[in-house]
Amino acid sequence: MYKVKVYVTLRESVLDPQGAAVKNSLQSLSYHEVKDVRIGKYMELTIEKSERAVEEVVKEVCESLLANPVIEDYRYEIEEAVAP
Amino acid sequence: MKFAVIVFPGSNCDVDMYHAIKDELGEEVEYVWHDAESLDEFDGILLPGGFSYGDYLRTGAIARFSRVMQEVVKAAQAGKPVLGVCNGFQILLESGLLPGAMRRNESLKFICRPTKLKVENNQTMFTSLYEEGELVTIPIAHGEGNYYCDEETLQKLIANKQIVFTYENNPNGSLANIAGIINEQGNVLGMMPHPERAVDELLGGADGLKLFKAIVKQWREANVIKA
Repeated sequence: MYKVKVYVTLRESVLDPQGAAVKNSLQSLSYHEVKDVRIGKYMELTIEKSERAVEEVVKEVCESLLANPVIEDYRYEIEEAVAP
Repeated sequence: MKFAVIVFPGSNCDVDMYHAIKDELGEEVEYVWHDAESLDEFDGILLPGGFSYGDYLRTGAIARFSRVMQEVVKAAQAGKPVLGVCNGFQILLESGLLPGAMRRNESLKFICRPTKLKVENNQTMFTSLYEEGELVTIPIAHGEGNYYCDEETLQKLIANKQIVFTYENNPNGSLANIAGIINEQGNVLGMMPHPERAVDELLGGADGLKLFKAIVKQWREANVIKA
């Protein structure tokens, strides 16, 4: 079994209205050192071992569904998990 | 002419769409569930607004994989008129039938009010009954209508006259004030405003009705043999 952590965020070039609102709120709380906030999604996948390489499966699911390549980037971390 | 109104779990403008076609336009219309395996009997496909699959993950992202969408793609390739309104537009974007993507409204608020639109291109099967540059009032109701595409795609949209409707006063931050775009072939239109909610003066305006009338007119001219 693999435990896969997937992070999906809006691309750098795409304005993130939620992130901008949160940044403004933080600055109004006087956290002026906070210069940027980007909001994204965090997903945990549990993937069974198969003949296919786990990276290949993860990339496919990210590109086909979890992220929209027009506006979003993704990255992931794969950990081997011991089955309970 | 026979229309299909595609119904996904979470669609909520399907009844408005049905009403517009049946009672205001006077054409045949049927609800078609998301698992339908054929749309062969229909001449026009309507994807209504709502929150298909709860807008989980992204708007339209899950609906895109429902069985009926394979048939919608087929219908689009066959040249049938396909109209996606609001969530229907978002589904067309996710499915790749139209380019670009939607972001949250700049204000982060759900906006529900009549908006003034400019008809940028009246040379389409959806807009032939409007004047070029005509201003029409059609309501919007969305939280994610902030259209985005990259610069290259935008230049292509402009060059091909694929931008069909723009907002007079941009309500959501949409790129180039885009409210509605059409595909290159000219038979798939996606728009955030709801023409099906502007089909009767009793409801505050009937500027949307011409859009549906134009679809029928084009279909009649192409398919009904004149005696």
